[in-house]
Amino acid sequence: MPPAPSEATAEVLRDPAALRRVLWALAVMAALWPLLRLAEFRPASLFSRENLRVSMNFMASFLPPRVDADFLGLAGRATVETLAMASAGIALAIMVAAPLAFMITQSLSVSRIGPSRSRARAQGVRHGIRVLVVSLRGIPELVWALVLVRVFGLGPASAVVALGLTYGGMLAKVYAEILESSDTRPARALQEAGSGRVTALVYGLLPGAAQELVSYTMYRWECAVRASVVMGFVGAGGLGQLMDQSMKMLNGGEVSTVLVVFLALVLASEAISGGLRRMLA
Amino acid sequence: MSFELDAVEVRHGEARRALRAVSLSGRAGEQIAIIGPSGAGKTTLLRVLATSLRPTAGRVSVLGTDPWQVPASRLRRLRSAIGMVHQTPPLPPRQRVIDAIIAGRLGQWPAWKSLLSLLYPMDIAGPRDALARLDVAERLFDRCDRLSGGQLQRVAVARVLYQRPDLLLADEPVSALDPTLADRVARELQSESARRGISLVASLHAVDVALRWFPRVVGLRDGIILFDGPPAAVSDRMLHNLYAAESAGAERPASEPEAEVLTFRPSVRASRTV
Repeated sequence: MPPAPSEATAEVLRDPAALRRVLWALAVMAALWPLLRLAEFRPASLFSRENLRVSMNFMASFLPPRVDADFLGLAGRATVETLAMASAGIALAIMVAAPLAFMITQSLSVSRIGPSRSRARAQGVRHGIRVLVVSLRGIPELVWALVLVRVFGLGPASAVVALGLTYGGMLAKVYAEILESSDTRPARALQEAGSGRVTALVYGLLPGAAQELVSYTMYRWECAVRASVVMGFVGAGGLGQLMDQSMKMLNGGEVSTVLVVFLALVLASEAISGGLRRMLA
Repeated sequence: MSFELDAVEVRHGEARRALRAVSLSGRAGEQIAIIGPSGAGKTTLLRVLATSLRPTAGRVSVLGTDPWQVPASRLRRLRSAIGMVHQTPPLPPRQRVIDAIIAGRLGQWPAWKSLLSLLYPMDIAGPRDALARLDVAERLFDRCDRLSGGQLQRVAVARVLYQRPDLLLADEPVSALDPTLADRVARELQSESARRGISLVASLHAVDVALRWFPRVVGLRDGIILFDGPPAAVSDRMLHNLYAAESAGAERPASEPEAEVLTFRPSVRASRTV
């Protein structure tokens, strides 16, 4: 005897994925809770009267920003140095990342189409390079800088190389993933018609992925500006060194001037990135 | 022989067999239409011929070469001599039409020439002529995302014409075109095949186009060739069997379709016409 119609309908109308989704959500929350405790995350303390007073006093010491010609000249020179450091670092990172990403991305794999006998070897090579990429970005740029300062001495050179290594690793990973997540059929069709990997990349993948690649690179440039500031603290020069000196002299006005310059730099990077995206759209 | 498949079988996973023991060969200059319902294995068959899919069993020979026995460099050269019109044009939306067509020769041009061509096209007359044959010459410097579906499909055909392959394969090349354009594109593919003496294998949903324009029609169903011969020999009953509802096919004993295979080899065809 067939089941009653209402029963059959109820069975069909239930989303089989619902239970799994709820369980996953619960599991994630259960995993996050002890982590938040461990990280001493107590949002309430942000707003307690005593803490508010202390942080307000600290902020008040930043005002007014120092804007006399002397300091602005100093800040201007430091800005140019920071920009040069970040840009040179990103340029180096791109040179490191482009060939690595080209080698590890799955979307240009010839062995995927065949012949499959070279597949294991190709995967092995890809794995080796991936380990290299992970170790490049696994070491923070600050650590690279501390090591390199002993090689190049104090100054921007060590920051540039440190950025090139760490950011090269980051860019390589993300470039490879962008190339994999964009439409890979055009490149595959070209390879099936006998095209080499490089030409399949520029004719099949880049037209679709260029916008994404440029906008991520611009974002990394923006991060490099911030990172070069941190490295300035360990003697790499630029805005960071200036800020370090001002902080040590407890000169809040100078610090806030440097912060305003940062903000302007980030806004500029945003504008350039947007412009480039529109150009490539 | 332009290509020769001998008892080729393709399995997708354990259970699904897309092709079962397909044997098919084509002489240079022969024009073959493959018809059959969705899921019959038409695309799989074309991909085996394009050397982009390695069969699970059976022997393949394309342009006198077994693609799965030769070194990688040789296979690449073989692939650059095979032109495939894909069902959905594999063209990046942001690419210019001229670059999309020049991409047809990437397998033949040295890498420096292909890269330089992105700065300034190394050949403009060639792509323009290929487009002109399909009535879309005016879109040469447009971007692909500015084209209609039908124009895009013709650009994809133009790329393969520009490639000048020695074996011309087409997977539903006219699916996005109105009947007049469909005829036009089918005839252009055929004239290319006739002019250069290369064989053409096209899968077609439009049975009428296949029967009207192609001297040899292959009926494929459930990965098995049901018939293979000139359109005059394809009866309504054969077409009915080819496209009969799936349930009707499932009830037949598994061995029956093979027993029903109707083959018209050239010799058989000759004796019939006498």
